[in-house]
Amino acid sequence: MGEMETAPKPGRDVPPKKDKLQTKRKKPRRYWEEETVPTTDGASPGPPCNKKNRELRPQRPKNAHILKKSRISKQPQVPKKPQEWKNPESQRSLSGAQDPFPGPAPVPVEVVQKFCRIDKSRKLPRSKAKTRSRLEVAEAEEEETSIKAARSELLLAEEPGFLEGEDGEDTAKICQADIVEAVDIASAAKHFDLNLRQFGPYRLNYSRTGRHLAFGGRRGHVAALDWVTKKLMCEINVMEAVRDIRFLHSEALLAVAQNRWLHIYDNQGIELHCIRRCDRVTRLEFLPFHFLLATASETGFLTYLDVSVGKIVAALNVRAGRLDVMSQNPYNAVIHLGHSNGTVSLWSPAMKEPLAKILCHRGGVRAVAVDSTGTYMATSGLDHQLKIFDLRGTYQPLSTRTLPHGAGHLAFSQRGLLVAGMGDVVNIWAGQGKASPPSLEQPYLTHRLSGPVHGLQFCPFEDVLGVGHSGGVTSMLVPGAGEPNFDGLESNPYRSRKQRQEWEVKALLEKVPAELICLDPRALAEVDVISLEQGKKERIERLGYDPEAKAPFQPKPKQKGRSSTASLVKRKRKVMDEEHRDKVRQSLQQQQQQQQQKEAKAKSTGARPSALDRFVR
Amino acid sequence: GDNDGEREHQKLLEAISSLDGKNRRKLAERSEASLKVSEFNVSSEGSGEKLVLADLLEPVKTSSSLATVKKQLNRVKSKKTVELPLNKEEIERIHREVAFNKTAKVLSKWDPVVLKNRQAEQLVFPLEKEEPAIAPIEHVLSGWKARTPLEQEIFNLLHKNKQPVADPLLTPVEKASLQAMSLEEAKMRRAELQRARALQSYYEAKARREKKIKSKKYHKVVKKGKAKKALKEFEQLRKVNPAAALEELEKIEKARMMERMSLKHQNSGKWAKSKAIMAKYDLEARQAMQEQLAKNKELTQKLQVASESEEEEGGTEEKVEELLVPDVVNEVQMNADGPNPWMLRSCTSDTKEAATQEDPEQLPEPEAHEVSESEGEDRPVAEEEILLREFEERRSLRKRSELSQDAEPAGSQETKDSSSQEVLSELRVLSQKLKENDQSRKQKASSEGTIPQVQREEPATEEEEPLLLQRPERVQTLEELEELGKEECFQNKELSRPVLEGQQSERTPNNRPDAPKKKKKEQMIDLQNLLTTQSPSVKSLAVPTIEELEDEEERNQRQMIKEAFAGDDVIRDFLKEKREAVEASKPKDVDLTLPGWGEWGGVGLKPSAKKRRRFLIKAPEGPPRKDKNLPNVIINEKRNIHTAAHQVRVLPYPFTHHWQFERTIQTPIGSTWNTQRAFQKLTTPKVVTKPGHIINPIKAEDVGYRSSSRSDLSVIQRNPKRITTRHKKQLKKSSVD
Repeated sequence: MGEMETAPKPGRDVPPKKDKLQTKRKKPRRYWEEETVPTTDGASPGPPCNKKNRELRPQRPKNAHILKKSRISKQPQVPKKPQEWKNPESQRSLSGAQDPFPGPAPVPVEVVQKFCRIDKSRKLPRSKAKTRSRLEVAEAEEEETSIKAARSELLLAEEPGFLEGEDGEDTAKICQADIVEAVDIASAAKHFDLNLRQFGPYRLNYSRTGRHLAFGGRRGHVAALDWVTKKLMCEINVMEAVRDIRFLHSEALLAVAQNRWLHIYDNQGIELHCIRRCDRVTRLEFLPFHFLLATASETGFLTYLDVSVGKIVAALNVRAGRLDVMSQNPYNAVIHLGHSNGTVSLWSPAMKEPLAKILCHRGGVRAVAVDSTGTYMATSGLDHQLKIFDLRGTYQPLSTRTLPHGAGHLAFSQRGLLVAGMGDVVNIWAGQGKASPPSLEQPYLTHRLSGPVHGLQFCPFEDVLGVGHSGGVTSMLVPGAGEPNFDGLESNPYRSRKQRQEWEVKALLEKVPAELICLDPRALAEVDVISLEQGKKERIERLGYDPEAKAPFQPKPKQKGRSSTASLVKRKRKVMDEEHRDKVRQSLQQQQQQQQQKEAKAKSTGARPSALDRFVR
Repeated sequence: GDNDGEREHQKLLEAISSLDGKNRRKLAERSEASLKVSEFNVSSEGSGEKLVLADLLEPVKTSSSLATVKKQLNRVKSKKTVELPLNKEEIERIHREVAFNKTAKVLSKWDPVVLKNRQAEQLVFPLEKEEPAIAPIEHVLSGWKARTPLEQEIFNLLHKNKQPVADPLLTPVEKASLQAMSLEEAKMRRAELQRARALQSYYEAKARREKKIKSKKYHKVVKKGKAKKALKEFEQLRKVNPAAALEELEKIEKARMMERMSLKHQNSGKWAKSKAIMAKYDLEARQAMQEQLAKNKELTQKLQVASESEEEEGGTEEKVEELLVPDVVNEVQMNADGPNPWMLRSCTSDTKEAATQEDPEQLPEPEAHEVSESEGEDRPVAEEEILLREFEERRSLRKRSELSQDAEPAGSQETKDSSSQEVLSELRVLSQKLKENDQSRKQKASSEGTIPQVQREEPATEEEEPLLLQRPERVQTLEELEELGKEECFQNKELSRPVLEGQQSERTPNNRPDAPKKKKKEQMIDLQNLLTTQSPSVKSLAVPTIEELEDEEERNQRQMIKEAFAGDDVIRDFLKEKREAVEASKPKDVDLTLPGWGEWGGVGLKPSAKKRRRFLIKAPEGPPRKDKNLPNVIINEKRNIHTAAHQVRVLPYPFTHHWQFERTIQTPIGSTWNTQRAFQKLTTPKVVTKPGHIINPIKAEDVGYRSSSRSDLSVIQRNPKRITTRHKKQLKKSSVD
């Protein structure tokens, strides 16, 4: 490790002239050293092993690159012998002890692959040596950092929970009481029911750390509590209908969509703001990295409010009537809106039009949810169907199910579990792992509540699902729902007040500008080709010639009388002809392709096949 | 008289012509002696020869007094004429050129250093010199003198006893004892060395002798022997070390590839061409050519599969090939079908499975032969057996893949489902095969060709396999889910349907594999299909209670009505919207027609179509839309200028294409995405300086060079002698070197 970390000094590898130094001052010979007689190795007395060791050692760090390669073992299952084992003599230390596992521990390829971000699918055009060296450096850097990241995965010690039925037993039959009985006391305490029949169906929201829970009843009841310790932070009645409730970046601020306007309260229940520009809000979403509060209103406006500066960033007219289905894509912070014409539209504050529109259902869309990796979107519509779409460019449904009454609410957990609220029942489906879509064949768990479901959310970093319904709020246990390892610097459920303040400052400093929201967040790592080309064109106009144009072929002067004018011209002509031929060839190919396309079109759009067609050759 | 008169006339003419002032030069009358003595006039022409010094000396008789003069003259004669000195500018230019070349050469020594520093991730200034190693004790001692009386006494003692004080630390006695090697040992060693030397010399001599032998036959024999030996060794290696043998095999394969790429042994080389000309007349040349071609053939031959190799063995043996190909290649082929250990190495399962694996490959053919002999009485039974075996084999294969896939514990229900599906599909395949067999039997009644039958069957199975292997992955698709719902009730149907399909495939073998693809594509494209497909309904344990309020009921009904009527509308609206979006995003054509220009214009009059066509500038077709093949999606193609403002818009220097640059900025360097160490490494400053330290320019000693460059330069500048063209040439030559 030591060699890897030190930065190279300038010109250190240039071999210094040692000979001269040696001639100046003869190195004193120690009495334990044998005389350097030019004899063969085997016959010389003394400890040979020691000497060899000294010779071999300096060679090792030089082929650090090879070593680095070998650090990734190709087959994680079969422990491959490291390279060093081949000649154990080189490893032997003075004491004779031998390291049984020399070198750094190997890292499985798949884990490293996970952290690799360079898209190598595209083949690069031929590049100069200088460029190539830069690319090599970038690739080496990527490999090194990804190996380091893969190594540090070791620190994620926690494992996700799971629920396994005894052979053949359907996990969906296991009810909450059984689970609560089976788990430890601390986990069992996470299952609770709040009977609040008085103030109507509840919406609820967990804070980003998963420590705090806020819920608001339709009849004005708003409460926030530390749900783990069951400590109530505030409880108020806003004397107005509450449509939705959401924590802002920390648990200290709370946005409540009330009948008229949007209000913001602190954790004491004190009203801090009343935002009148957001009126008749039906749904709220908070984008934590952009500090944006997105509101969808009855009037058909999608409004983005920057909560760090209190400005409205964008108010977009969706032109699709009343908006009451909204969810965010945690991967790229795009807002998904569901409409009554069966489409789901994707929005970013930077664009006045939707980024994309997807026709999902024949009836209106009732609920939308996007999973934490931004790969899958679940929608349910009035046609009683539940669909899972692939969001990676194709937007095609991966699986479809018809539910008896259709799902009114949907939510994804951090580990990709999907919950659907249908009437007074919640169904949970699980996939094969974190990055796989939930398979809708068999529900993983089901639970019946005391009233129709009105709000659903999985608690982050906990195996808990919060359900708001007309009878109150229920927190139920769903093994394997939450991410077991949290990032202590990012969202720490156990953080103190001081830590929270620290984090707040850091988060504000790292705030992502709102205009960077786009479908592919990695687009920022791409060059703006249009401006690039424009700039090139302008430069050519300014200079009057193209500085990067290929220079016309100039034949090299040759000797022995072959550089006559005639031969020069001949050579020039040859090259010109070759280029011309290439051009002609290309154009011919293009023509052929076009013709083929035309033919294909003609075939496809041709008239109905007649019986006589079979005679056509 | 006449001549004189003419001369007079000439003179007169010249005088007149010189009057105008242009040619005022007066022609002198010449009066030297000349060789040609004309009787008519005096001519001024000489003999045309140069005056040689020797001629002058000739009359001088050899006399001692003139010897010195003669010598001097001789010396003068031996010297060539001195060339004109070049003009000043040219000399200076040459000086500059030479100086430049020399300096460039001197400075080029620094190139690696400069390059290294440019590529270095970090430079630390001031340059650190190598820390001298800890000085050995002797060095310290050498500069140290005994001062105190005690020390002096000790030193005295040491000196008296001839103990070493400084370098080296050995006493003479010790040295002697070390040097003394026992006599026997020394002798033995000497003898050993002598022997080794002698052996080496023998070997060298032999090699030299053999190299000199010109007999082709001898070399042929040697080559053959070598090949045989190699073969033997390979055999042994195979037994002892399969991995190494495999490597050897790879080498052969590589040689083949090289040959295929280079076509070295084809008749295109110089030698081959010459031989080709000779071949007509020379038998030997012809043979050589043939050998060469055979070699090419052998090298380009691929490792064959079992059946083919068998055929080859059965077929005519090529003489040349046998001569030249001892060969490992053939050997491998023979082994390829047998249970060779290194081919089966990858197989994780036990040997039994391996046996079943190889069976289906080997067995069909011999059985088919049998069948043809025994008039096909017991054939169906045998074929069924084969099928069963295949069935088993495939099942094992799939199980293996399944095991590898489902490494992590998944829902038990899941695996069960998929396994049941597999069983179903297998059954389907089996039934199809049986049907096929029936048909083939019928056909056989009419025609006796049995072997083609088997052959026809095989491709079908091969086509079948990839489909089956795909299965477990594709289960999640829509189509599959549909099937899943229906499977239980339609089992019988499904069993019967493949039969029909099988019949079809008998007629057109390409039909079957295409069919599912087409079906899938259609599904992708038809939007109507996409939304109206019946999806299986969930059998949930807990059905939501519907003892709810009346208005809930009412709403449900309204929904149902909406569902019944809305569907088509939604799709049509969406398609219309999409069409509009596509139209809007298309680049617009520019119409430059001026109505009334060149023809009548006015209300109700349109410019003619020809004119419109002529003045219409078609916009270039843009790139294809991203949602071209996605019927249910409209993707906005408008450029997001806000994001574009944050993107890079100028390519930095060494990059020529934006893809290249993009690769270098794709890895994030922030601490959010990296470990702390990686983050620190990625963000290390390019140059680090120590505050308060003088940064001296780099010196040659710092990088291990001697500072000697200056002397080269000074040589030229000190003696700027006059340089002639000859010198110039020399200088140029030296500067080029």
